[in-house]
Amino acid sequence: MPLDWAYVAVFALVGAGMAALPLGIVWLLAPRSAYPQKRIPYESGIVPFGEAWSQFHVRYYLFGLAFLLFDIEVIYIYPWAVVLRELGGFAFVEMLIFLGVLGVGLAYAWKKGALEWV
Amino acid sequence: MVVLAAVVFTFLAVGGPLFLVLAERKISAWIQARVGPKHVGPHGLLQTVADTLKLLYKENIVPHRADVVLFSVAPILVAVAALLDFVVIPFAPGWVVRDLNVGILYFAAVSSLTVIGILTGGWASNNKYSLLGGLRSAAQMVSYELPLGFSLLVVATLTGTLSTVRIVEAQPYPAVAYPCVVVAALVFLVAATAEANRIPFDLPEAEAELVAGYFSEYTPMRFALFQLGEYGSLLASSALFTTLFLGGWKGPFAFPGLGPVGNGLVWFLGKTYAVVFFLMWVRWTYPRFRIDQLLNISWKLLLPVSMVNLLVAGLLVVGIR
Amino acid sequence: MNAEALAFYALAAMVLVGGGLVVQSRNLVHAAVSLVPTLLGVAGLYVLLHAEFVTAIQILIYVGAITVLILFVILLTEGATGLRVRQRNEQVPLALLVCGGLAVLLLGVLVRVPWGPAAGPLPPYNPGAVGRSFLMPYVLAFEVTSLVILASLVGAIVIARREE
Repeated sequence: MPLDWAYVAVFALVGAGMAALPLGIVWLLAPRSAYPQKRIPYESGIVPFGEAWSQFHVRYYLFGLAFLLFDIEVIYIYPWAVVLRELGGFAFVEMLIFLGVLGVGLAYAWKKGALEWV
Repeated sequence: MVVLAAVVFTFLAVGGPLFLVLAERKISAWIQARVGPKHVGPHGLLQTVADTLKLLYKENIVPHRADVVLFSVAPILVAVAALLDFVVIPFAPGWVVRDLNVGILYFAAVSSLTVIGILTGGWASNNKYSLLGGLRSAAQMVSYELPLGFSLLVVATLTGTLSTVRIVEAQPYPAVAYPCVVVAALVFLVAATAEANRIPFDLPEAEAELVAGYFSEYTPMRFALFQLGEYGSLLASSALFTTLFLGGWKGPFAFPGLGPVGNGLVWFLGKTYAVVFFLMWVRWTYPRFRIDQLLNISWKLLLPVSMVNLLVAGLLVVGIR
Repeated sequence: MNAEALAFYALAAMVLVGGGLVVQSRNLVHAAVSLVPTLLGVAGLYVLLHAEFVTAIQILIYVGAITVLILFVILLTEGATGLRVRQRNEQVPLALLVCGGLAVLLLGVLVRVPWGPAAGPLPPYNPGAVGRSFLMPYVLAFEVTSLVILASLVGAIVIARREE
C-alpha cells in the first residue's frame, strides 16, 4: 500500500519536472529587454496607486472558516459511507444526529448573516 | 520503468488539456456562427501546438517588486495538482495508474491543492486586482468543494467503496436509487464548473472586470501552466463524472475487433468528451453570476440539498439491505 | 538502507526543512506557503505507517483547508505587505537554555527506552476499519465531535460579527 502512494509521489515529481521544463526553455530562449515601464503592475493603463494590499473584509475569513469546519464534518462521513451497508440502521441514526447538529450550525450561520457577502 | 510510464502518462495528461483549448475555440466558434481556427494543420488541429511553441519564445516579465520565488512556484503547483487528479481515473478495465483504496477521497484532496496555488499566484503578482481575483477565486473554490464532496459521498454510500475501479464495476445503480444519483450528478456538475472557475462561475477571472484576475500579470509560459491547470481540472472532473455517474468504460455494445481494453477506452473517452462538450456549451451560452449569487448558490442551495440527498441515499442503502 | 528507510529520511527531511522555513522566514507569506511541504511530508509519513485514509485526510484538511485559512488571515492583516518581521529578540540565551534542557531530556529518554523491533503487523487503517471503530465502540466521541465543531462555528461567528 505504501507502494501505491510511491506511484503518486513519482507522478508528482515527474509532473513538476514537466511543468518546470517549459519554464526552463523559456528562460533560455526568450528575449530579455526589461525596462522599468514594462514591469509596472497592470491597472488598465493608468499609473497604479496605493499599496498592493487593502483592508479586506472579514467575510473571506468567515467563508474559509465555515469551509474548514464543514470539511472536517465531511471527512467523518467518508468512513461511514463505506461501512453503512454492513452496520445498518444504528449507523444511520448516528449519522443523522451528526448531520443534524451540523445542520443547526449551518442554519445559525445563515441566520446570523455569516454567509452574506455584503 | 515506473518513471518512464509516468513521463508518458504526463505527456498524455498534458495533451488532453491542449486538445481542450482547441476544442473550446472550435465549439465557441460554432456556437457563435463562425468557424474558429482552421489554417494551422488539417481543420486547425495543430493550432494549440503552434500556440504553445510561440509561447516558448515570448518574453517573461516579472512585475516590479513581485515575489519571484512564489511567482514561479504558484503555476507549477496548480498544474501539478491538476495532473495528479488523473492517478485514480480508470480509463479502461485494468488501465488505471493506481487503484488507490481511498480513490475519490484522494481526488478531493488533490483538487484542494489548486486553491493554494491560486492564492499564492494572486498575491505574488504585487497587483491589487490579481490579489482580489485570487482571494475571490479561493473563496469560491473552497465554497464549492463541500457540495462536490457530498456528491462523491452519495456515490460512496450507494456502492460502499471509495475506490474508483470498484465504483465503475458496481454500476449501473439499482433503479430505486436513481433520484439520489441524478441529484448528486447535477450538484457535481455545478460544483465542478465552479471549481474550474468556468462560466457561469468565472467572476474571479472575468475578462471585463478584473482583467483576467489572478493571472493578469503572468506572461507566457506561467500563464500557460495556469491554463493547463484549469483545463486539466476540467478534464479530470469530466472524467470523474463519467466514472462515477455514467458507467466509466462500460458500454452497451462492443465494437468489433477492439478487444476489452480498446472498447473500454473508446466508451470512456467518448463519454468524457461528451461531458466536456456539454460544459463548454454551457460556458458559451450563459452569463456569469455575481460573487454573492455564486456563494449563495453554494452555501444556501447546494449544501442543504446535498446533505438531505446524502441522508436519503443512506436510508435507501439501509432499506435495500 | 531499503526503500522504506530512504523514503522515511527523505520525508523527514522535507518536514524538518519546511518547518524550519516556516519558523524563521522573515516574510509571512513565505512562511505560510512553507507549511505546504511540511504538511505533505507528514502525510507521506502517514503512508509509511500504512494509514492511507489519514494521509488523504491530512492533505484534504491541513493543506487544503487550514493552510488556505492561514493564508486568508495573513492576507487580511498587515503581514502581507512584506514588512520584515524581527526574528531575534533579547531572550535568545534563555531560549537556548530551555531548548538545550529539553533536548537533553528527549535524548535521554530516546537512549534509555528499549525500542524493540516493530511490534507486530500494523492494524488496518483503511476507511472501513476506521468507520467501524467510530461507529461502534467510539460512538460517543464521534457525536461529541459534532458538538465541538458546532461550538467552534458559533464562537467564530460571534467573535467575527462583533467587529462589524
